[in-house]
Amino acid sequence: MKKLLRAGFEHIEDGFDVLFGPKWNPFYQLGALGWFYYWIVIISGIYLYIFFDTGITEAYQSLDYLTYEQWYAGGIMRSLHRYASDALVIMMMIHLLREFAMDRFRSSRWFAWFTGVPMLWFVFSAGITGYWMVWDTLAQYIAIATTEWLDTLPLFGEAIARNFLSDTTLSGRFFTLMVFLHIALPLFLLFIMWIHIQRHASPRVNPPLELAAGTFIMLLVLSIAKPALSNAPADLATVPAVVGLDWFYMSIYPLLDYVPGLTVWILLVTATALLLLVPWLPPGQRNPVAVVNLDNCNGCSRCATDCPFSAITMEPRSDGSAYEHEAVVDASHCTSCGICAGACPTATPFRRRSDLSPGIELPDQPIKELREKTITASARLIGNDRVIVYGCQNSLNPEEMAGTGAGVVTMPCIGMLPPSFIDFVLSKKLADGVFLTGCRAGDCYFRLGIKWTDARIAGERDPRLRQRVGRERIGNFWAGLTRRKDFFRELAAFRMRLKNLASSQPEKQPPPAASENDREITHA
Amino acid sequence: MPELRYIVGQVIAFTLFAIGLGYFSNSPTYTHHDPEMALIKLSFSHASQHKEECRRLSPEEIAALAPNMRRPMDCPRERVPVLVEMTMDGNTLLRKSYAPTGLAHDGAASAYEKIPVTPGQHKLTVRLRDSNRDEGFDYEDGININLVPLQQFVIDFRNSSFQFY
Ligand code: HEM
Ligand code: SF4
Ligand code: SF4
Repeated sequence: MKKLLRAGFEHIEDGFDVLFGPKWNPFYQLGALGWFYYWIVIISGIYLYIFFDTGITEAYQSLDYLTYEQWYAGGIMRSLHRYASDALVIMMMIHLLREFAMDRFRSSRWFAWFTGVPMLWFVFSAGITGYWMVWDTLAQYIAIATTEWLDTLPLFGEAIARNFLSDTTLSGRFFTLMVFLHIALPLFLLFIMWIHIQRHASPRVNPPLELAAGTFIMLLVLSIAKPALSNAPADLATVPAVVGLDWFYMSIYPLLDYVPGLTVWILLVTATALLLLVPWLPPGQRNPVAVVNLDNCNGCSRCATDCPFSAITMEPRSDGSAYEHEAVVDASHCTSCGICAGACPTATPFRRRSDLSPGIELPDQPIKELREKTITASARLIGNDRVIVYGCQNSLNPEEMAGTGAGVVTMPCIGMLPPSFIDFVLSKKLADGVFLTGCRAGDCYFRLGIKWTDARIAGERDPRLRQRVGRERIGNFWAGLTRRKDFFRELAAFRMRLKNLASSQPEKQPPPAASENDREITHA
Repeated sequence: MPELRYIVGQVIAFTLFAIGLGYFSNSPTYTHHDPEMALIKLSFSHASQHKEECRRLSPEEIAALAPNMRRPMDCPRERVPVLVEMTMDGNTLLRKSYAPTGLAHDGAASAYEKIPVTPGQHKLTVRLRDSNRDEGFDYEDGININLVPLQQFVIDFRNSSFQFY
């Protein structure tokens, strides 16, 4: 079912790639959009608070003042506040579903999932208290329905819904409480949002400028076209029979008219508990985490810089070697992506085979094996368009790729490929070209693998691919699961280019092969 | 320079998103109460009388108690349930007993009832029993009201008397 969900997401996102381009695709930026909406809510909220009067009639009047007299500022702020809050809910729900569909919550990644769940409660409670403060007929409905619902819990001696029996007995203390909650809940939310991304190196908390601008302009236009308004003032002597609910926040309320309140509580609490447990539901296999081999670690800290999950710290040397630092892996943060091995300067296939144990690697998928697989895969290639495809284990099926006659080598994440392997394949003439593939651009399963790979090949990030390597013999297509057809087309086109290269420069000598001991990058 | 088609794409997608946001932020409306009906709410929080009267302890009984617990009277804390009966134009709308709250059943009994009724001229009568008696009621009150649709009419019981709002 999850496969289906994932394919569904990828198909929709393919469509959005056409509309937005991968860089601006909102689906790749859901968390960042959430933060963006949050900040809009906070800033507009502060503005509203300046003019807001706490009180049974004053609250409504002060909002009316903002909406009508000050429509150009306060009115727009009020609308932004509402619509950004609604957008936050949409973003959050899609984000939740997507992280689930993409399986990004297992093993060490449980942390973000687990801390995401309480945010649901905070966001919804914050929204509901917000509507309560307006004290119009919708607020009246919300106040009565919520307190009646709370009263189904055996917590309060006297029914708290009794506070909203009639205007003559209504007291202002509930409004003071609402204002307090409406400020405290979002602040708590911010705190959890901060915790939520603690295990991410360079988390995406800001959407790309163009996407932020687009989404902000959308909210602004909507705010002007359809300003957020109050309903009629609350009147406890009249039943607010027909209410225009904000369905993003209040979808649960109609249910309360059909299902006993206590049952709904039990449902919600059970659902929350199940959600919290999701990371540990089967199949819960956990791959072995990265292991440091101190004999080969020079303390350059590249692995720590590239680890997407902040699982590596640089600690003082423990083995008496002359280097100052060594890499240390925190097993509880490591997701077994192998990106650290791709970053390690000692992970070069040019080293003698017996030597090929880098400073850091995944014990079940060592770099030595990557080299052997490369050599084996290349052995049966023929012609002048021989291609080694390096792919990741989260996207296209390697067997399908091998059907094209290319030599296929996969690893957990393309970021595990040390760039020196490309040099190795081309300079040793193991193949005529190297083709890289993996998740879709902008949406690497291990967050940063594609980004680092692109930067390493472009020579913008250590370890850099050597200048001498002919870039025309390197191709890539970030395919994910769904873009099979495009992948095969791109691969065929790439091989055609290789053929053309061969016929246009038949007499040209290949670049000199590097010697066996040539280390790609010397110690820092 | 952003590609033109991406800008056009954004405009289309965001327009649809905005329409969805704007629409579902207050529509479609939800009707949770028949607009043709009025509503009677009966609610109170009332501490009824104790189940048993206080009893003077005999000297022997007092002596049998621990020294710091000795007292002349024994007052069981458990309260009786509160029984309420409400009729409208002679028909029974509600007859229900409310148990005292608390583990020892010594707290106030709490009621919160919502009864939709047809609008119009009505004679409402409420009776409440909060004592040990087997028959009859301790309190009774009535009111003639003209209910309009959507009117919420509240009956409370405070300070030993019915309140109508
Ligand atoms: C206000 C609501 C939320 C905000 C603002 C938010 C924000 C974020 C951000 C910024 C990231 C980092 C993305 C990256 O840099 O790759 C993230 C990751 C994540 N979020 Fe949320 N989130 C929210 C709610 C939730 C909820 C409700 C869940 C699920 C229960 C959830 C599950 C996750 C998971 C599993 C990841 C980790 C993905 C990974 O390891 O690559 N989040 N979130
Ligand atoms: S495999 Fe390496 S890069 Fe990936 S999470 Fe573990 S330590 Fe970090
Ligand atoms: S990248 Fe390799 S050499 Fe550098 S600190 Fe990490 S393990 Fe050590």
